[in-house]
Amino acid sequence: MLRKSFESEIQNMKNEILAFGSMVEQNLLESVDALKTRDVNRSHKVVEVDKIINKKRFELENEVMILIATQQPMAKDLRLLSSFFEIISELERMGDYAKGIGVINIRMGSEELLKPLVDIPRMAEKSADMAHRALVAFINEDVEAAKSIPAEDDEVDALYNQIYRELITYIISDPKAIEKANWLLWVAHNLERFADRVINICERTLFVVNGRLGEIEDAL
Amino acid sequence: MVTPAMTDKIKIEGFSLQYQDGTETLRNVNLSIEKNAITVLFGPAGGGKSSLLRSINRLNDPEDIKQIDGHIFLDSEDILSPKVDLINLRRKIGMVFARPVVLPLTIRKNITYGLEVMGEHNKARLDDAVERSLRQAALWEEINHRLDDPAVALSGGQQQRLCIARTLALEPDVIMLDEPTSGLDPISTGKVENSLQELKKQYTIILVPHSVQQAARTADNAAFFLQGELIEFSRGKGIFTAPTVKKTEDYVTGRFG
Repeated sequence: MLRKSFESEIQNMKNEILAFGSMVEQNLLESVDALKTRDVNRSHKVVEVDKIINKKRFELENEVMILIATQQPMAKDLRLLSSFFEIISELERMGDYAKGIGVINIRMGSEELLKPLVDIPRMAEKSADMAHRALVAFINEDVEAAKSIPAEDDEVDALYNQIYRELITYIISDPKAIEKANWLLWVAHNLERFADRVINICERTLFVVNGRLGEIEDAL
Repeated sequence: MVTPAMTDKIKIEGFSLQYQDGTETLRNVNLSIEKNAITVLFGPAGGGKSSLLRSINRLNDPEDIKQIDGHIFLDSEDILSPKVDLINLRRKIGMVFARPVVLPLTIRKNITYGLEVMGEHNKARLDDAVERSLRQAALWEEINHRLDDPAVALSGGQQQRLCIARTLALEPDVIMLDEPTSGLDPISTGKVENSLQELKKQYTIILVPHSVQQAARTADNAAFFLQGELIEFSRGKGIFTAPTVKKTEDYVTGRFG
């Protein structure tokens, strides 16, 4: 009976983390779309949503703490609950990158984009999709899926390098473009960091299932 | 399963035990008990933990035993050998039980009784033993002003620590405790657990805990017993965070037991 209620509480917690992750993914996509359309109002909303994400993070942490205190988990339960902590704080930091992109768009004010955005939205879509699938893999304890996602980070890195080279070309040909190029470099950098953190979520899935705590590259 | 180490105090090799009525048995147990560490034996009731403790202290009545195999070495001496001097063995391996059994004497006499039986009558040495063992059992500060009160007047937690002190007075090598805090409140339990952490610096401790949480809190090494078998042994607390055997996982996460 006790075990049954604990399991349903764990399931609730997983659902809440998935929903929390969706907030973060959506806010990232929104931050890039607002930039693409130069819609500063939408970026202000992105910043507001990030405040909600920050608050939600503490609420979720508190729920995990209560579960630990009341259930005194062991073995896999313990690994799962401690991974909740890790993933909740990863997601909160990933949310900060969306906010960062929102702030860049706000700072740009009425300036036009250096160039129409093509690769940056692709990077955002790829990163958000990776984050989503990493969370689903975590919740389903799907080791194979968790192991396959980190390799996709190479695609994000390739896009980042491509954007970097392109923006450097702009700067070389027109030093007045430095500031505008720099804004976009920061956006791309935020997206690259966002995708990097997805790997940490995948590592936790392996830890929960196998009890193996370590870098995912060593397990591939 | 067992990694031999230089620091092992007790080595159990291929130990099997069967009672006449066939109720509780141990099957081919191999286990090393590390010196100056707390080894916990845990698992559901009827798993053989207490039988193993009793075997280590040779407390089983030979008439109850149908068959016994294997070896239990204390240092290098096989304690199952018929030549073993049981009085001497039980002096080296002290035992504390779930319910504190104080003698109907004063606090002081409870501790000096065993020493006097062994021929110690020097008052200064007896007083030393009283203070030393009460300090080791984390009881001295609480009761040093009332050593001549009857021991039964102590609280349950104090009585249990008095039993530990009484065991310590004989200066054993090994202390075995069978659910020593099962009848105690959390504060007394904490005091007993704290004193075990101090005691392991000098003694080798084998503890049958009353809960998985106590096992996890106190263990330096842990052995999980189920239905007479040693299912999993870990040096360190790994068995509580990442057990390797499914039966252990099921037990520590509360799926049965």
